[in-house]
Amino acid sequence: MLAVRNLEVVYNDVILVLRGVSVDVEEGKIVALLGANGAGKTTLLRAISGLLDVHDGEVTKGSVTLDGEPIHRRNPAKIVTLGIKQVLEGRRIFAELNVEENLRTGAHTNTKQLRSNLDRVYDLFPLLRERQKGTAGYLSGGEQQMLAMGRALMSNPRYLLLDEPSLGLAPLLVQQIRDLIVEINKQGTTVLLVEQNATMALSIAEHGYVMETGKIVMDKPAKELLDDSDIREFYLGLGAEGAAKSFRDVKHYKRRKRWLS
Amino acid sequence: MAELLQSISGGLGQGSIYALLALGFVIIYKATRVISFAQPALMLAGAVLVSYLVGAVGFYAAVVLGVVGAALLGLGIERTVVRPMVGKPVFVVAIITLGIDIALRVVVNGFIGNDVRQVGDPWGFARISVLGVAVQERHIATFVTTALVITVLFAFFKYSRLGLAMRAAAFDQETALAQGMSVGTVFALSWAIAGGLAAVAGTFVATGAGLDQQLWIIALKALPAIILGGLDSLGGAVVGGLTIGVVESLVATYQSDFAPWLGQNFAVVSPYVVMMLVLLVKPYGLFGTREVERV
Ligand SMILES: Nc1ncnc2c1ncn2[C@@H]1O[C@H](COP(=O)(O)OP(=O)(O)O)[C@@H](O)[C@H]1O
Ligand SMILES: [Mg+2]
Repeated sequence: MLAVRNLEVVYNDVILVLRGVSVDVEEGKIVALLGANGAGKTTLLRAISGLLDVHDGEVTKGSVTLDGEPIHRRNPAKIVTLGIKQVLEGRRIFAELNVEENLRTGAHTNTKQLRSNLDRVYDLFPLLRERQKGTAGYLSGGEQQMLAMGRALMSNPRYLLLDEPSLGLAPLLVQQIRDLIVEINKQGTTVLLVEQNATMALSIAEHGYVMETGKIVMDKPAKELLDDSDIREFYLGLGAEGAAKSFRDVKHYKRRKRWLS
Repeated sequence: MAELLQSISGGLGQGSIYALLALGFVIIYKATRVISFAQPALMLAGAVLVSYLVGAVGFYAAVVLGVVGAALLGLGIERTVVRPMVGKPVFVVAIITLGIDIALRVVVNGFIGNDVRQVGDPWGFARISVLGVAVQERHIATFVTTALVITVLFAFFKYSRLGLAMRAAAFDQETALAQGMSVGTVFALSWAIAGGLAAVAGTFVATGAGLDQQLWIIALKALPAIILGGLDSLGGAVVGGLTIGVVESLVATYQSDFAPWLGQNFAVVSPYVVMMLVLLVKPYGLFGTREVERV
């Protein structure tokens, strides 16, 4: 199990961004982490994958443990070899490399099983097989997201951290990515799914967390979150009557939530 | 005609040297975004090392050991002096590498003394006839070795795990880290490769006449080669180096006939003239990327 406990993260020694966050990701599950822009979702993923350092960020309190072992002082390479892989927000494919080279970079820590992992990824994303010698920079947004996910899978990780995979994709592609996440999970990879698209994330997750200004404000089974009126209001854009709410109501929600927590 | 071919072959030999030095510079720049002026010292150190080893182990083994030695030297410089400067302004780090170059050359000069040292190469100034043109063997050896080294280097970047990591990290460090790559290893490796390439270059410059304390000046001509090819293009470094070598040689051969009014020794500045002409037309070099900063 991947467990985050009372985590506090500070950027540049002064900017406190996570204020005591606790999250459990049980093996085999899909866990959703929701929250508005700037809530601290990406920061939490960085704290797990060891990438805070790059951003001059630091864990100042709390812990991240994998099966009970603390990992929040480990470097990113070590964390990858322990089986945790993050797919960065915005896909971040190596645009100058071709598709297969991109996938090979993902196998950096696990070259022994390169062939079998490559086959697995190509089976998951047949499109990538067709384009294997093509320059990655010329892929469409959806294809790039698939490449980013495929690249992460090349080391056969136990835990996959996905940062807003549906960002900027057309609804049909979002569906496709969603189905792929389910398939990846079925094949045995635990998924922590960060999304602003709550409908998509909650439709496949078993458990969900809602984050707001560096704190977890809700922690419930996904089904309950889907039924929660606040969530419906704010994240699904649906009021009690099922109609879209105005921005003023949304702001009201945020004020109220902050006061509650 | 024979004169022309002779001039070109000499130019390709000399240009190979510039290409090797330019490649080292570009590799460091791509991997670490550091503009390194330490290449001349690494070149000198490599050649001196070969000159000391050749008596004991013979020329070819000495070259291999010289390459390894200069690679370790480059790696050491990166770890001890350059790495702590990560995040400092590009200009500051560039000046520091200039300091490294000067300091290192002072040390190496101590091993050269006032004499000319020989690298004990098997070629000397011997010539062989190629298609009726007398060509210096050492120029052929330089060109062939360079072609071989470059082939191996490009294969390394294309097929090997570490080579791929270097390309990935050069493009996006955070994403490379997220794949489990060590960016520190990439930094160190880039300096080691640059050191090794400089040692090969230095050794071949010293074939024939040998080496003295002034050998490093040759390395300055790698700069116009780099600017010509584009700061961040490996292929550009090769093309730039060979072009500069050939232009310089042609000017040396023909300028006194066609443009005597340019004075003697115009060949020495011709690389810089070519560089400026290219920059007027293509400000990022022939193969450079647009967003690369200019020095
Ligand atoms: N490198 C950084 N330096 C300083 N502040 C940062 C940095 N990265 C993110 N932040 C701040 O931390 C907060 C959370 O950001 P982030 O984790 O990216 O949120 P989310 O992914 O939920 O949109 C934001 O207020 C953001 O401005
Ligand atoms: Mg984010």
